Amino acid sequence: MKQIRSYAEINEKIKNGRAVVLTAEEFIKLSKKEGLKSAAKKVDIVTTATFGPMCSSGIILNFGHSDPPIKMQSVWLNDVPTHAGLAAVDIYLGATEISTTKGMEYGGAHVIEDLIRRNKVTLKAVAYGTDCYPRKDIKTKFTLDSINQAIMLNPRNAYQNYSVAVNSSNRTLYTYMGVLLPNLGNATYCNASQLSPMIKDPLYRTIGVGTRIFFGGAVGYVAWEGTQHNPTNERDPNTKIPYTPSGTLCLIGDLKNMSTDFIRAALFHKYGTTLYVGVGIPIPVLDEDMARHLAVTDDKIFATIIDYSVPKRAKPKLGRVSYAELRSGYIEIEGKKVPTAPLSSYAKAREISSILKKWIESGKFPITQPLERLSLESTFKPLDVME
Amino acid sequence: MAVKRIVLYFPQKLIDKPIIYHLVKDYALVTNILRANVEPDEAGRMVIEISGTPSGISKGIKFLKKQKIEIEYLAREISVDVKSCVDCGACTAVCPQDALDIGEPDWRLKFDKNKCILCGLCVPACPVGAIKIKV
Repeated sequence: MKQIRSYAEINEKIKNGRAVVLTAEEFIKLSKKEGLKSAAKKVDIVTTATFGPMCSSGIILNFGHSDPPIKMQSVWLNDVPTHAGLAAVDIYLGATEISTTKGMEYGGAHVIEDLIRRNKVTLKAVAYGTDCYPRKDIKTKFTLDSINQAIMLNPRNAYQNYSVAVNSSNRTLYTYMGVLLPNLGNATYCNASQLSPMIKDPLYRTIGVGTRIFFGGAVGYVAWEGTQHNPTNERDPNTKIPYTPSGTLCLIGDLKNMSTDFIRAALFHKYGTTLYVGVGIPIPVLDEDMARHLAVTDDKIFATIIDYSVPKRAKPKLGRVSYAELRSGYIEIEGKKVPTAPLSSYAKAREISSILKKWIESGKFPITQPLERLSLESTFKPLDVME
Repeated sequence: MAVKRIVLYFPQKLIDKPIIYHLVKDYALVTNILRANVEPDEAGRMVIEISGTPSGISKGIKFLKKQKIEIEYLAREISVDVKSCVDCGACTAVCPQDALDIGEPDWRLKFDKNKCILCGLCVPACPVGAIKIKV
């Protein structure tokens, strides 16, 4: 495939304020109107985005040292347990951790949102005490600005495609895919589809380790492949987009620069807490191949319908539907008309793709060539119980 | 024409009586049953919308009270905090009346109060706690 432009050429244009940037939706429109060849020639960068619940999210905090100092062994933030098995005053707080006093109503995700809102958070810690860290307990308050580093490090975000969830049983199910009504009463789906980063770069040509991104309203980076990265699932022969949840990204960024417009705590009823995360990724139009991926529309992107009523790892598949069908409000399953509902916000994804476009146009957001490509070969192993 | 939404609590002995029939026939009220939970061995609960002349409505309600039916006026309503809403659409999955709806062109949540039957399913279904029942 003949290269149309290089990363260096694009960044030169960004610097001079001459780069042509379109959102994925705008690029779809342009290539429909003028043809793929012309669109590929005109446009340098296409912005993609997603805003959805992403459980595998959390933050690393460093509190600084008290006097006398303490080697915090167990740490609670607003009564939510954290992982403190790091150096003395470092912790990791996961979004799905739930409060010891309020239960599911308040979790790690809510602490994260409170921190971004600059609300005071109560820190409680205990320790066994050492010669170098004599203190055995501490209770105090802090804000995001009063501590040292606050790094959001999300092991798995921005899933490349996701399942459509339904429930064939006769009772209501409360899941991370929302409330699933009995007897195929509804179907929920969770993907930004034609706006989604990993859908638009299905073979991870431009999204890789080191890619600079929009992350929760701040500048962030792709740190690594995400956990459960699973690129070897069956793909559509034309678009190369997988039919089931596949590639994932591990993302990193500065919590202090994030905004509650793009990071929100969530509670899925009777399931638990999770974090809504907004992610935007610029994709350079390096050649016509890339342009073809970027121009793919919802009617060509397919997801697999999964019956969540079977409480096993391998749940039955009830077929495949396009995102165009899902977004029409109804799909058909086994001859039944089933209403659909999204869980990821298409409106927010749209907003993020526009903001990222402005960032690039302003000249302050150069794009990055991956330092390392994401694997196209690894497989996702199950956990089988060993004796 | 006046419209009122009321909740009726039927004592057990009234469950087999054609109460709604009398509202229609004797007081010329248009009745729209929004929800009904009536079990043979228990008291029943019914949410209805009645429309008619103001005097028809007040006479009809007097009749209901005379039958020892407990009445609660639906002053409650579902409210969506648009500032807090992230337009995800999770609430639309459980709304039985399509009062909550999301889709083209803007994919922003739309709430039609007139379709809402106050079932309350959307309140816990909202992941960000943006939907509340206002009294």
